[in-house]
Amino acid sequence: MPDSDTLAFADRPTDSVGLVTPHVAKFDTPLPLACGKVLPEYELIYETYGTLNAARSNAVLICHALSGHHHAAGYHGAEDRKPGWWDAHIGPGKSIDTNRFFVVSLNNLGGCHGSTGPVSHNPETGRQWGPDFPMVTVSDWVASQARLADRLGIERWAAAVGGSLGGMQVLQWTMTYPERVANAVVIAATPRLSAQNIAFNEVARQAIRSDPEFFDGWYAEHDTVPKRGLKLARMVGHITYLSEDAMGSKFGRDLRSNDLNFGFDVEFQVESYLRYQGDTFSTAFDANTYLLMTKALDYFDPAATQAGDLANALAPAQCPFLVVSFTTDWRFPPSRSRELVDALTRAGKPVSYANIDSPHGHDAFLLPEPRYHALFSAFMSRVARELNIVETAGEERV
Amino acid sequence: MRADLELIYDWVPQGAHVLDLACGDGALLERLAQEKSVTGYGLEIDPDGITQCVARGVNVIEHNLDDGLGSFCDNSYDQVIMTQALQALRRPDKMLDEMLRVAEEGIITFPNFAYWRHRIHLGLRGYMPVSKSLPHAWYDTPNIHLSTFNDFEHLCREKGLVIVDRAVGVGDHKGHWTSKWWPNLFGEIAIFRVRRR
Repeated sequence: MPDSDTLAFADRPTDSVGLVTPHVAKFDTPLPLACGKVLPEYELIYETYGTLNAARSNAVLICHALSGHHHAAGYHGAEDRKPGWWDAHIGPGKSIDTNRFFVVSLNNLGGCHGSTGPVSHNPETGRQWGPDFPMVTVSDWVASQARLADRLGIERWAAAVGGSLGGMQVLQWTMTYPERVANAVVIAATPRLSAQNIAFNEVARQAIRSDPEFFDGWYAEHDTVPKRGLKLARMVGHITYLSEDAMGSKFGRDLRSNDLNFGFDVEFQVESYLRYQGDTFSTAFDANTYLLMTKALDYFDPAATQAGDLANALAPAQCPFLVVSFTTDWRFPPSRSRELVDALTRAGKPVSYANIDSPHGHDAFLLPEPRYHALFSAFMSRVARELNIVETAGEERV
Repeated sequence: MRADLELIYDWVPQGAHVLDLACGDGALLERLAQEKSVTGYGLEIDPDGITQCVARGVNVIEHNLDDGLGSFCDNSYDQVIMTQALQALRRPDKMLDEMLRVAEEGIITFPNFAYWRHRIHLGLRGYMPVSKSLPHAWYDTPNIHLSTFNDFEHLCREKGLVIVDRAVGVGDHKGHWTSKWWPNLFGEIAIFRVRRR
Protein backbone atom coordinates (compact mmCIF):
# COMPACT_ATOMS: atom_id res chain seq x y z
CA MET A 1 0.00 0.00 0.00
CA PRO A 2 1.34 3.45 -0.77
CA ASP A 3 1.97 5.89 1.96
CA SER A 4 -0.87 8.16 0.93
CA ASP A 5 -1.61 11.29 2.85
CA THR A 6 -3.89 10.79 5.77
CA LEU A 7 -7.03 12.82 5.97
CA ALA A 8 -8.99 13.95 8.93
CA PHE A 9 -12.53 12.72 8.45
CA ALA A 10 -13.95 16.21 8.74
CA ASP A 11 -11.78 17.29 5.81
CA ARG A 12 -12.70 14.34 3.64
CA PRO A 13 -13.30 15.31 0.05
CA THR A 14 -16.77 15.59 -1.42
CA ASP A 15 -16.03 12.86 -3.94
CA SER A 16 -15.79 10.24 -1.20
CA VAL A 17 -18.39 7.52 -0.84
CA GLY A 18 -18.46 8.59 2.81
CA LEU A 19 -19.18 6.26 5.72
CA VAL A 20 -19.52 2.61 4.81
CA THR A 21 -20.40 -0.53 6.74
CA PRO A 22 -19.22 -3.99 5.73
CA HIS A 23 -21.71 -6.84 5.29
CA VAL A 24 -21.18 -10.54 5.84
CA ALA A 25 -22.62 -13.24 3.60
CA LYS A 26 -22.74 -16.77 5.01
CA PHE A 27 -22.66 -19.76 2.66
CA ASP A 28 -23.67 -23.25 3.75
CA THR A 29 -23.18 -24.99 0.41
CA PRO A 30 -19.77 -26.70 0.46
CA LEU A 31 -17.22 -25.18 -1.90
CA PRO A 32 -14.97 -27.65 -3.71
CA LEU A 33 -11.48 -26.24 -4.06
CA ALA A 34 -8.81 -26.71 -6.72
CA CYS A 35 -6.56 -28.44 -4.18
CA GLY A 36 -9.10 -31.25 -3.86
CA LYS A 37 -10.40 -30.28 -0.44
CA VAL A 38 -13.86 -28.96 0.26
CA LEU A 39 -14.70 -25.95 2.37
CA PRO A 40 -17.91 -27.07 4.13
CA GLU A 41 -19.16 -23.56 4.89
CA TYR A 42 -17.72 -20.10 4.76
CA GLU A 43 -18.35 -16.40 5.12
CA LEU A 44 -17.40 -13.53 2.86
CA ILE A 45 -17.16 -9.98 4.11
CA TYR A 46 -17.89 -7.31 1.54
CA GLU A 47 -18.74 -3.66 1.06
CA THR A 48 -20.89 -1.96 -1.53
CA TYR A 49 -20.90 1.62 -2.78
CA GLY A 50 -23.54 3.24 -4.97
CA THR A 51 -26.97 1.85 -5.80
CA LEU A 52 -27.90 -1.28 -7.72
CA ASN A 53 -30.27 -0.21 -10.47
CA ALA A 54 -33.60 -1.89 -11.20
CA ALA A 55 -32.18 -3.79 -14.16
CA ARG A 56 -29.26 -4.96 -11.96
CA SER A 57 -26.99 -4.03 -14.82
CA ASN A 58 -24.65 -1.55 -13.13
CA ALA A 59 -22.68 -3.76 -10.74
CA VAL A 60 -18.90 -3.55 -10.74
CA LEU A 61 -16.76 -6.15 -8.97
CA ILE A 62 -13.53 -4.97 -7.37
CA CYS A 63 -10.95 -7.71 -6.84
CA HIS A 64 -8.24 -6.95 -4.32
CA ALA A 65 -4.51 -7.50 -4.42
CA LEU A 66 -2.31 -9.51 -2.07
CA SER A 67 -2.69 -7.52 1.13
CA GLY A 68 -5.92 -5.72 0.26
CA HIS A 69 -9.41 -6.52 1.44
CA HIS A 70 -13.05 -5.53 1.19
CA HIS A 71 -12.59 -1.94 2.34
CA ALA A 72 -11.88 -0.31 -1.02
CA ALA A 73 -13.41 3.13 -0.59
CA GLY A 74 -14.82 5.52 1.98
CA TYR A 75 -14.42 5.42 5.75
CA HIS A 76 -15.57 3.06 8.48
CA GLY A 77 -15.81 5.75 11.10
CA ALA A 78 -15.33 9.40 11.82
CA GLU A 79 -11.99 8.61 13.47
CA ASP A 80 -10.59 6.88 10.35
CA ARG A 81 -7.42 8.53 9.15
CA LYS A 82 -7.23 6.74 5.83
CA PRO A 83 -9.96 5.80 3.37
CA GLY A 84 -10.25 2.39 1.66
CA TRP A 85 -7.34 1.12 -0.43
CA TRP A 86 -8.72 2.17 -3.80
CA ASP A 87 -10.47 5.36 -2.77
CA ALA A 88 -8.58 7.24 -5.52
CA HIS A 89 -10.71 5.46 -8.12
CA ILE A 90 -14.06 4.75 -6.49
CA GLY A 91 -16.51 7.53 -5.65
CA PRO A 92 -18.83 10.12 -7.15
CA GLY A 93 -17.23 11.44 -10.34
CA LYS A 94 -14.17 9.18 -10.03
CA SER A 95 -13.08 6.55 -12.58
CA ILE A 96 -15.54 4.08 -11.10
CA ASP A 97 -18.32 6.59 -10.64
CA THR A 98 -20.62 5.57 -7.80
CA ASN A 99 -23.29 7.86 -9.24
CA ARG A 100 -23.56 5.29 -12.02
CA PHE A 101 -22.18 2.05 -10.72
CA PHE A 102 -22.97 -0.25 -7.83
CA VAL A 103 -19.58 -1.35 -6.58
CA VAL A 104 -18.98 -4.63 -4.74
CA SER A 105 -15.65 -5.28 -3.05
CA LEU A 106 -14.92 -8.31 -0.91
CA ASN A 107 -12.22 -9.92 1.16
CA ASN A 108 -11.15 -13.19 -0.45
CA LEU A 109 -11.39 -16.59 1.15
CA GLY A 110 -8.29 -17.28 3.19
CA GLY A 111 -8.08 -13.60 4.06
CA CYS A 112 -7.71 -12.21 7.54
CA HIS A 113 -10.08 -9.28 7.47
CA GLY A 114 -13.43 -10.95 8.02
CA SER A 115 -13.85 -13.60 5.33
CA THR A 116 -13.31 -17.20 6.35
CA GLY A 117 -9.60 -17.89 6.55
CA PRO A 118 -6.86 -19.29 8.78
CA VAL A 119 -7.95 -17.09 11.70
CA SER A 120 -11.53 -18.44 11.55
CA HIS A 121 -12.69 -21.55 13.34
CA ASN A 122 -12.79 -24.92 11.62
CA PRO A 123 -16.35 -26.19 12.22
CA GLU A 124 -15.12 -29.78 12.28
CA THR A 125 -12.53 -29.38 14.99
CA GLY A 126 -13.67 -26.27 16.80
CA ARG A 127 -10.04 -25.11 16.62
CA GLN A 128 -8.80 -22.17 14.64
CA TRP A 129 -8.05 -23.27 11.10
CA GLY A 130 -4.48 -22.00 11.27
CA PRO A 131 -2.20 -23.88 8.86
CA ASP A 132 -4.97 -26.44 8.22
CA PHE A 133 -6.89 -23.93 6.16
CA PRO A 134 -6.94 -25.41 2.66
CA MET A 135 -4.86 -23.86 -0.08
CA VAL A 136 -7.08 -21.53 -2.12
CA THR A 137 -6.43 -20.48 -5.69
CA VAL A 138 -7.56 -17.64 -7.91
CA SER A 139 -10.21 -19.89 -9.48
CA ASP A 140 -11.53 -20.80 -6.01
CA TRP A 141 -11.88 -17.12 -5.23
CA VAL A 142 -13.74 -16.52 -8.44
CA ALA A 143 -16.10 -19.43 -7.70
CA SER A 144 -16.83 -17.96 -4.27
CA GLN A 145 -17.31 -14.49 -5.75
CA ALA A 146 -19.82 -15.92 -8.22
CA ARG A 147 -21.85 -17.24 -5.31
CA LEU A 148 -21.75 -13.81 -3.71
CA ALA A 149 -22.98 -12.33 -7.00
CA ASP A 150 -25.87 -14.85 -6.98
CA ARG A 151 -26.68 -13.82 -3.44
CA LEU A 152 -26.77 -10.15 -4.44
CA GLY A 153 -28.91 -10.90 -7.49
CA ILE A 154 -26.20 -9.89 -9.92
CA GLU A 155 -26.28 -12.04 -13.01
CA ARG A 156 -23.59 -10.18 -14.90
CA TRP A 157 -20.99 -7.65 -13.82
CA ALA A 158 -20.95 -4.46 -15.88
CA ALA A 159 -17.22 -4.72 -15.24
CA ALA A 160 -14.87 -6.87 -13.22
CA VAL A 161 -11.92 -4.75 -12.16
CA GLY A 162 -8.69 -5.52 -10.38
CA GLY A 163 -5.04 -4.63 -9.99
CA SER A 164 -2.12 -7.01 -9.47
CA LEU A 165 -3.49 -10.25 -7.93
CA GLY A 166 -6.91 -8.64 -8.42
CA GLY A 167 -6.23 -8.46 -12.16
CA MET A 168 -5.62 -12.21 -12.18
CA GLN A 169 -9.04 -12.77 -10.63
CA VAL A 170 -10.60 -10.63 -13.34
CA LEU A 171 -8.87 -12.76 -16.00
CA GLN A 172 -10.13 -15.90 -14.32
CA TRP A 173 -13.68 -14.52 -14.33
CA THR A 174 -13.56 -14.00 -18.09
CA MET A 175 -12.52 -17.61 -18.59
CA THR A 176 -14.70 -19.36 -15.99
CA TYR A 177 -17.85 -17.25 -16.28
CA PRO A 178 -17.53 -15.44 -19.62
CA GLU A 179 -21.26 -14.76 -19.81
CA ARG A 180 -21.20 -13.07 -16.42
CA VAL A 181 -18.61 -10.38 -17.25
CA ALA A 182 -19.56 -7.55 -19.61
CA ASN A 183 -16.15 -5.84 -19.36
CA ALA A 184 -12.80 -6.63 -17.80
CA VAL A 185 -10.18 -4.24 -16.44
CA VAL A 186 -6.81 -5.84 -15.70
CA ILE A 187 -4.28 -3.46 -14.16
CA ALA A 188 -0.60 -4.02 -13.34
CA ALA A 189 -1.07 -7.77 -13.54
CA THR A 190 0.43 -10.75 -15.32
CA PRO A 191 -0.96 -13.95 -16.83
CA ARG A 192 1.57 -15.85 -14.71
CA LEU A 193 4.40 -15.13 -12.34
CA SER A 194 8.00 -15.18 -13.52
CA ALA A 195 10.63 -17.26 -11.73
CA GLN A 196 11.86 -14.00 -10.17
CA ASN A 197 8.36 -13.20 -8.85
CA ILE A 198 8.08 -16.68 -7.34
CA ALA A 199 11.54 -16.28 -5.87
CA PHE A 200 10.54 -13.08 -4.06
CA ASN A 201 7.42 -14.81 -2.76
CA GLU A 202 9.52 -17.72 -1.51
CA VAL A 203 11.86 -15.38 0.36
CA ALA A 204 8.80 -13.83 2.00
CA ARG A 205 7.40 -17.24 2.94
CA GLN A 206 10.71 -18.46 4.30
CA ALA A 207 11.02 -15.32 6.40
CA ILE A 208 7.67 -16.20 7.99
CA ARG A 209 8.18 -19.93 8.27
CA SER A 210 11.61 -19.60 9.86
CA ASP A 211 10.42 -17.23 12.57
CA PRO A 212 10.80 -19.15 15.86
CA GLU A 213 7.34 -17.96 16.81
CA PHE A 214 5.71 -19.47 13.72
CA PHE A 215 5.23 -22.93 15.30
CA ASP A 216 4.37 -24.52 11.94
CA GLY A 217 1.49 -22.12 11.63
CA TRP A 218 0.00 -22.85 15.09
CA TYR A 219 1.25 -19.58 16.54
CA ALA A 220 -2.20 -18.57 17.74
CA GLU A 221 -2.38 -21.66 19.94
CA HIS A 222 0.99 -20.67 21.36
CA ASP A 223 -0.37 -17.24 22.00
CA THR A 224 2.20 -15.59 19.82
CA VAL A 225 2.63 -14.02 16.38
CA PRO A 226 5.57 -14.52 13.97
CA LYS A 227 6.02 -10.79 13.77
CA ARG A 228 9.66 -10.77 12.75
CA GLY A 229 8.97 -13.07 9.81
CA LEU A 230 5.96 -11.10 8.66
CA LYS A 231 7.91 -7.88 8.96
CA LEU A 232 10.73 -9.22 6.79
CA ALA A 233 8.25 -10.62 4.28
CA ARG A 234 6.59 -7.25 3.97
CA MET A 235 9.89 -5.42 3.67
CA VAL A 236 10.88 -7.63 0.74
CA GLY A 237 7.46 -7.19 -0.83
CA HIS A 238 7.50 -3.46 -0.31
CA ILE A 239 10.81 -3.08 -2.13
CA THR A 240 9.28 -4.79 -5.16
CA TYR A 241 6.20 -2.57 -5.09
CA LEU A 242 8.19 0.66 -5.39
CA SER A 243 10.47 1.68 -8.21
CA GLU A 244 14.10 2.61 -7.77
CA ASP A 245 13.15 6.16 -8.75
CA ALA A 246 10.28 6.34 -6.27
CA MET A 247 12.55 5.16 -3.48
CA GLY A 248 15.33 7.46 -4.58
CA SER A 249 13.16 10.54 -4.72
CA LYS A 250 11.44 9.68 -1.44
CA PHE A 251 14.55 8.88 0.59
CA GLY A 252 17.67 9.14 -1.52
CA ARG A 253 20.61 8.20 0.68
CA ASP A 254 19.40 10.54 3.41
CA LEU A 255 20.65 9.73 6.87
CA ARG A 256 18.56 9.97 10.00
CA SER A 257 21.34 11.86 11.71
CA ASN A 258 24.36 13.52 10.23
CA ASP A 259 26.92 10.97 11.37
CA LEU A 260 27.62 7.43 10.31
CA ASN A 261 27.47 5.06 13.28
CA PHE A 262 29.29 2.13 11.67
CA GLY A 263 26.69 -0.22 13.12
CA PHE A 264 23.53 -2.01 12.14
CA ASP A 265 20.97 0.28 13.65
CA VAL A 266 18.78 2.37 11.41
CA GLU A 267 20.95 4.97 9.72
CA PHE A 268 19.35 5.61 6.36
CA GLN A 269 15.84 6.98 6.04
CA VAL A 270 14.87 4.16 3.71
CA GLU A 271 15.75 1.60 6.41
CA SER A 272 13.56 3.41 8.86
CA TYR A 273 10.70 3.51 6.35
CA LEU A 274 10.90 -0.19 5.54
CA ARG A 275 11.06 -1.16 9.20
CA TYR A 276 8.05 1.00 9.93
CA GLN A 277 6.06 -0.51 7.04
CA GLY A 278 7.07 -3.99 8.15
CA ASP A 279 6.15 -3.37 11.76
CA THR A 280 2.75 -1.95 10.91
CA PHE A 281 1.99 -4.85 8.61
CA SER A 282 3.14 -7.52 11.07
CA THR A 283 0.52 -6.48 13.60
CA ALA A 284 -2.30 -6.12 11.05
CA PHE A 285 -1.92 -9.15 8.81
CA ASP A 286 -2.07 -12.87 9.44
CA ALA A 287 1.01 -14.94 8.60
CA ASN A 288 -0.90 -17.99 7.35
CA THR A 289 -2.96 -15.74 5.09
CA TYR A 290 0.22 -14.23 3.66
CA LEU A 291 1.53 -17.71 2.90
CA LEU A 292 -1.75 -18.70 1.22
CA MET A 293 -2.07 -15.55 -0.86
CA THR A 294 1.50 -15.68 -2.16
CA LYS A 295 0.95 -19.33 -3.13
CA ALA A 296 -2.25 -18.38 -4.96
CA LEU A 297 -0.15 -15.87 -6.90
CA ASP A 298 2.48 -18.49 -7.73
CA TYR A 299 -0.07 -21.07 -8.87
CA PHE A 300 -1.98 -18.77 -11.24
CA ASP A 301 -1.20 -19.84 -14.78
CA PRO A 302 -4.27 -20.28 -16.98
CA ALA A 303 -2.11 -21.22 -19.98
CA ALA A 304 -0.76 -24.27 -18.14
CA THR A 305 -3.81 -26.35 -19.01
CA GLN A 306 -3.42 -25.39 -22.68
CA ALA A 307 0.17 -26.48 -23.21
CA GLY A 308 1.31 -22.95 -22.44
CA ASP A 309 -0.93 -21.35 -25.04
CA LEU A 310 -2.50 -18.35 -23.31
CA ALA A 311 -4.57 -17.40 -26.37
CA ASN A 312 -6.26 -20.82 -26.20
CA ALA A 313 -6.87 -20.41 -22.49
CA LEU A 314 -8.52 -17.05 -23.12
CA ALA A 315 -10.69 -18.38 -25.94
CA PRO A 316 -13.86 -18.59 -23.80
CA ALA A 317 -13.69 -14.88 -22.87
CA GLN A 318 -16.42 -12.79 -24.46
CA CYS A 319 -15.95 -9.27 -23.16
CA PRO A 320 -13.88 -6.23 -24.06
CA PHE A 321 -10.70 -5.88 -22.01
CA LEU A 322 -8.78 -2.88 -20.78
CA VAL A 323 -5.22 -3.78 -19.83
CA VAL A 324 -3.04 -1.19 -18.09
CA SER A 325 0.60 -1.33 -17.02
CA PHE A 326 3.00 1.22 -15.56
CA THR A 327 6.41 2.05 -16.99
CA THR A 328 8.36 1.68 -13.73
CA ASP A 329 6.54 -1.40 -12.42
CA TRP A 330 9.21 -4.07 -12.08
CA ARG A 331 7.08 -6.45 -10.02
CA PHE A 332 4.80 -7.07 -13.00
CA PRO A 333 6.50 -5.05 -15.73
CA PRO A 334 4.77 -3.77 -18.88
CA SER A 335 6.17 -6.71 -20.86
CA ARG A 336 3.99 -9.07 -18.79
CA SER A 337 0.86 -7.05 -19.57
CA ARG A 338 1.92 -7.03 -23.19
CA GLU A 339 2.11 -10.82 -23.09
CA LEU A 340 -1.52 -10.85 -22.06
CA VAL A 341 -2.49 -8.31 -24.70
CA ASP A 342 -0.75 -10.32 -27.42
CA ALA A 343 -2.60 -13.46 -26.35
CA LEU A 344 -5.89 -11.55 -26.41
CA THR A 345 -5.25 -10.17 -29.90
CA ARG A 346 -4.22 -13.61 -31.13
CA ALA A 347 -7.49 -14.92 -29.72
CA GLY A 348 -9.30 -12.10 -31.54
CA LYS A 349 -10.71 -10.56 -28.34
CA PRO A 350 -11.53 -6.87 -28.08
CA VAL A 351 -8.72 -5.34 -26.04
CA SER A 352 -7.21 -1.95 -25.37
CA TYR A 353 -3.85 -1.52 -23.73
CA ALA A 354 -2.00 1.45 -22.30
CA ASN A 355 1.37 1.68 -20.59
CA ILE A 356 1.12 4.61 -18.20
CA ASP A 357 4.23 6.67 -17.59
CA SER A 358 4.58 6.77 -13.82
CA PRO A 359 7.51 6.96 -11.41
CA HIS A 360 5.70 4.98 -8.70
CA GLY A 361 6.41 1.37 -9.65
CA HIS A 362 3.83 -1.35 -9.01
CA ASP A 363 2.03 0.79 -6.44
CA ALA A 364 1.06 3.22 -9.21
CA PHE A 365 -2.13 1.24 -9.79
CA LEU A 366 -3.44 2.57 -6.48
CA LEU A 367 -2.63 6.21 -7.22
CA PRO A 368 -4.52 8.91 -9.12
CA GLU A 369 -2.14 9.55 -12.04
CA PRO A 370 -3.88 12.02 -14.42
CA ARG A 371 -3.41 9.89 -17.55
CA TYR A 372 -4.43 6.70 -15.75
CA HIS A 373 -7.51 8.47 -14.42
CA ALA A 374 -8.47 9.82 -17.86
CA LEU A 375 -8.09 6.42 -19.50
CA PHE A 376 -9.86 4.47 -16.78
CA SER A 377 -12.70 7.02 -16.71
CA ALA A 378 -13.03 6.91 -20.51
CA PHE A 379 -13.34 3.13 -20.40
CA MET A 380 -15.86 3.11 -17.55
CA SER A 381 -17.93 5.87 -19.21
CA ARG A 382 -18.11 3.72 -22.30
CA VAL A 383 -19.19 0.75 -20.19
CA ALA A 384 -22.00 2.89 -18.77
CA ARG A 385 -22.98 4.15 -22.21
CA GLU A 386 -23.05 0.76 -23.87
CA LEU A 387 -25.03 -0.83 -21.03
CA ASN A 388 -27.41 2.15 -20.87
CA ILE A 389 -26.48 2.85 -17.28
CA VAL A 390 -27.74 6.27 -16.26
CA GLU A 391 -26.69 8.26 -13.24
CA THR A 392 -28.62 7.09 -10.21
CA ALA A 393 -27.42 9.77 -7.85
CA GLY A 394 -26.42 12.56 -10.20
CA GLU A 395 -28.49 15.17 -8.44
CA GLU A 396 -26.49 14.65 -5.26
CA ARG A 397 -23.27 15.58 -6.93
CA VAL A 398 -21.67 18.81 -5.88
CA MET B 1 -12.78 12.79 -41.28
CA ARG B 2 -9.44 13.74 -42.81
CA ALA B 3 -9.32 13.69 -46.63
CA ASP B 4 -6.90 10.75 -46.82
CA LEU B 5 -9.04 8.78 -44.36
CA GLU B 6 -12.14 9.38 -46.51
CA LEU B 7 -10.34 7.83 -49.46
CA ILE B 8 -9.07 4.88 -47.46
CA TYR B 9 -12.56 4.23 -46.14
CA ASP B 10 -13.66 3.18 -49.64
CA TRP B 11 -10.74 0.78 -49.99
CA VAL B 12 -11.52 -1.26 -46.87
CA PRO B 13 -13.87 -4.15 -47.65
CA GLN B 14 -16.96 -4.98 -45.65
CA GLY B 15 -16.21 -7.07 -42.55
CA ALA B 16 -12.44 -6.89 -42.95
CA HIS B 17 -10.07 -7.61 -40.07
CA VAL B 18 -7.63 -4.72 -40.00
CA LEU B 19 -4.66 -3.39 -38.11
CA ASP B 20 -4.49 0.41 -38.13
CA LEU B 21 -0.94 1.54 -37.39
CA ALA B 22 -0.76 4.99 -35.79
CA CYS B 23 -4.54 5.08 -35.55
CA GLY B 24 -4.64 8.48 -33.82
CA ASP B 25 -7.98 9.16 -32.16
CA GLY B 26 -9.56 6.09 -33.74
CA ALA B 27 -11.98 8.01 -36.00
CA LEU B 28 -11.35 5.76 -39.02
CA LEU B 29 -11.68 2.48 -37.11
CA GLU B 30 -14.82 3.67 -35.36
CA ARG B 31 -16.52 4.49 -38.65
CA LEU B 32 -15.31 1.30 -40.29
CA ALA B 33 -16.67 -0.71 -37.36
CA GLN B 34 -20.02 1.05 -37.39
CA GLU B 35 -20.65 1.18 -41.13
CA LYS B 36 -18.67 -1.76 -42.51
CA SER B 37 -18.55 -4.19 -39.55
CA VAL B 38 -14.78 -4.01 -39.66
CA THR B 39 -12.91 -5.58 -36.71
CA GLY B 40 -9.34 -5.21 -35.54
CA TYR B 41 -7.03 -3.03 -33.53
CA GLY B 42 -5.43 0.35 -33.69
CA LEU B 43 -1.84 0.83 -32.59
CA GLU B 44 -0.96 4.21 -31.16
CA ILE B 45 1.74 5.79 -29.06
CA ASP B 46 0.14 9.13 -28.16
CA PRO B 47 -1.55 9.02 -24.71
CA ASP B 48 -4.39 11.37 -25.69
CA GLY B 49 -5.05 9.41 -28.87
CA ILE B 50 -5.24 6.21 -26.84
CA THR B 51 -7.70 7.70 -24.37
CA GLN B 52 -9.86 9.02 -27.22
CA CYS B 53 -9.89 5.59 -28.84
CA VAL B 54 -10.92 3.96 -25.56
CA ALA B 55 -13.69 6.52 -25.13
CA ARG B 56 -14.97 5.72 -28.64
CA GLY B 57 -14.86 2.00 -28.00
CA VAL B 58 -12.07 1.46 -30.51
CA ASN B 59 -9.64 -1.32 -29.54
CA VAL B 60 -6.31 0.42 -29.22
CA ILE B 61 -2.95 -0.95 -28.15
CA GLU B 62 -0.12 1.27 -27.02
CA HIS B 63 2.75 0.37 -29.29
CA ASN B 64 5.84 2.00 -30.72
CA LEU B 65 5.92 1.13 -34.42
CA ASP B 66 9.72 1.33 -34.43
CA ASP B 67 9.58 -1.89 -32.38
CA GLY B 68 8.12 -3.66 -35.41
CA LEU B 69 5.05 -5.89 -35.55
CA GLY B 70 6.71 -8.98 -34.10
CA SER B 71 3.79 -9.76 -31.80
CA PHE B 72 1.39 -10.08 -34.74
CA CYS B 73 1.28 -13.36 -36.66
CA ASP B 74 1.78 -13.77 -40.43
CA ASN B 75 -1.38 -13.24 -42.47
CA SER B 76 -3.47 -12.56 -39.38
CA TYR B 77 -5.22 -9.51 -40.88
CA ASP B 78 -6.95 -8.70 -44.15
CA GLN B 79 -5.44 -5.25 -44.34
CA VAL B 80 -2.88 -3.18 -42.51
CA ILE B 81 -3.39 0.56 -42.67
CA MET B 82 -0.81 3.18 -41.84
CA THR B 83 -1.72 6.82 -42.28
CA GLN B 84 0.78 9.64 -41.91
CA ALA B 85 3.33 7.64 -39.96
CA LEU B 86 5.71 6.20 -42.55
CA GLN B 87 7.79 9.36 -42.56
CA ALA B 88 8.28 9.27 -38.78
CA LEU B 89 9.60 5.71 -38.62
CA ARG B 90 13.22 4.75 -38.22
CA ARG B 91 13.05 2.22 -41.07
CA PRO B 92 10.00 2.76 -43.29
CA ASP B 93 11.19 0.04 -45.69
CA LYS B 94 11.28 -2.58 -42.95
CA MET B 95 7.85 -1.53 -41.74
CA LEU B 96 6.53 -2.06 -45.24
CA ASP B 97 7.89 -5.63 -45.12
CA GLU B 98 6.28 -6.14 -41.74
CA MET B 99 2.92 -4.79 -42.90
CA LEU B 100 2.82 -7.16 -45.83
CA ARG B 101 3.86 -10.06 -43.65
CA VAL B 102 0.91 -9.49 -41.31
CA ALA B 103 -1.58 -8.90 -44.12
CA GLU B 104 -1.68 -9.42 -47.85
CA GLU B 105 -2.68 -5.84 -48.47
CA GLY B 106 -1.49 -2.56 -47.05
CA ILE B 107 -2.76 0.99 -47.29
CA ILE B 108 -0.22 3.72 -46.71
CA THR B 109 -0.49 7.48 -46.71
CA PHE B 110 2.28 10.01 -46.18
CA PRO B 111 3.04 13.65 -47.02
CA ASN B 112 4.48 13.99 -50.51
CA PHE B 113 7.68 15.99 -50.21
CA ALA B 114 7.61 16.74 -53.94
CA TYR B 115 4.29 18.62 -53.65
CA TRP B 116 4.61 21.86 -55.60
CA ARG B 117 4.27 24.09 -52.54
CA HIS B 118 7.06 22.16 -50.84
CA ARG B 119 9.18 22.53 -53.96
CA ILE B 120 8.68 26.29 -53.88
CA HIS B 121 9.60 26.41 -50.21
CA LEU B 122 12.83 24.57 -50.76
CA GLY B 123 13.66 25.25 -54.41
CA LEU B 124 12.87 28.92 -54.67
CA ARG B 125 12.90 30.21 -51.14
CA GLY B 126 15.55 27.91 -49.75
CA TYR B 127 13.62 26.95 -46.64
CA MET B 128 12.49 23.53 -45.46
CA PRO B 129 8.79 23.32 -46.27
CA VAL B 130 6.20 23.96 -43.60
CA SER B 131 2.63 23.25 -44.64
CA LYS B 132 -0.59 21.66 -43.52
CA SER B 133 0.79 18.21 -44.26
CA LEU B 134 4.24 19.03 -42.86
CA PRO B 135 3.38 21.33 -40.00
CA HIS B 136 6.61 21.12 -37.99
CA ALA B 137 9.75 23.22 -38.09
CA TRP B 138 12.88 21.37 -39.24
CA TYR B 139 14.28 21.16 -35.70
CA ASP B 140 11.31 19.64 -33.92
CA THR B 141 9.75 17.51 -36.60
CA PRO B 142 8.98 13.83 -35.93
CA ASN B 143 9.36 13.27 -39.68
CA ILE B 144 12.78 11.80 -40.25
CA HIS B 145 12.26 10.02 -43.58
CA LEU B 146 10.51 12.34 -45.96
CA SER B 147 9.85 10.93 -49.38
CA THR B 148 7.93 11.65 -52.55
CA PHE B 149 5.22 9.93 -54.52
CA ASN B 150 7.91 8.73 -56.93
CA ASP B 151 10.23 7.54 -54.15
CA PHE B 152 7.55 5.31 -52.70
CA GLU B 153 6.64 3.83 -56.08
CA HIS B 154 10.32 3.12 -56.58
CA LEU B 155 10.53 1.34 -53.22
CA CYS B 156 7.45 -0.74 -54.03
CA ARG B 157 8.98 -1.75 -57.36
CA GLU B 158 12.22 -2.73 -55.64
CA LYS B 159 10.30 -4.89 -53.19
CA GLY B 160 8.25 -6.43 -55.98
CA LEU B 161 4.99 -5.14 -54.55
CA VAL B 162 1.91 -4.57 -56.67
CA ILE B 163 0.43 -1.10 -56.47
CA VAL B 164 -3.29 -1.84 -56.58
CA ASP B 165 -4.45 1.73 -56.22
CA ARG B 166 -2.99 5.14 -55.70
CA ALA B 167 -4.59 8.44 -54.97
CA VAL B 168 -3.68 11.84 -53.73
CA GLY B 169 -5.11 14.12 -51.15
CA VAL B 170 -4.89 17.85 -51.69
CA GLY B 171 -5.89 20.09 -48.83
CA ASP B 172 -9.36 19.14 -47.64
CA HIS B 173 -10.40 17.80 -51.04
CA LYS B 174 -10.34 14.18 -52.03
CA GLY B 175 -8.37 14.87 -55.15
CA HIS B 176 -7.80 17.34 -57.92
CA TRP B 177 -7.61 16.83 -61.68
CA THR B 178 -4.03 18.01 -61.89
CA SER B 179 -2.94 15.57 -59.21
CA LYS B 180 -4.30 12.65 -61.20
CA TRP B 181 -1.90 13.41 -63.97
CA TRP B 182 1.06 14.72 -62.01
CA PRO B 183 0.63 13.24 -58.55
CA ASN B 184 4.28 13.79 -57.67
CA LEU B 185 3.86 17.50 -58.27
CA PHE B 186 0.29 18.17 -57.28
CA GLY B 187 -0.41 15.56 -54.61
CA GLU B 188 -0.01 16.89 -51.07
CA ILE B 189 -0.76 13.51 -49.47
CA ALA B 190 0.30 10.31 -51.21
CA ILE B 191 -2.10 7.40 -50.78
CA PHE B 192 -1.18 3.89 -51.86
CA ARG B 193 -2.80 0.49 -51.76
CA VAL B 194 -0.19 -2.23 -52.21
CA ARG B 195 -0.19 -6.02 -52.27
CA ARG B 196 2.31 -8.83 -52.21
CA ARG B 197 2.84 -10.28 -55.65
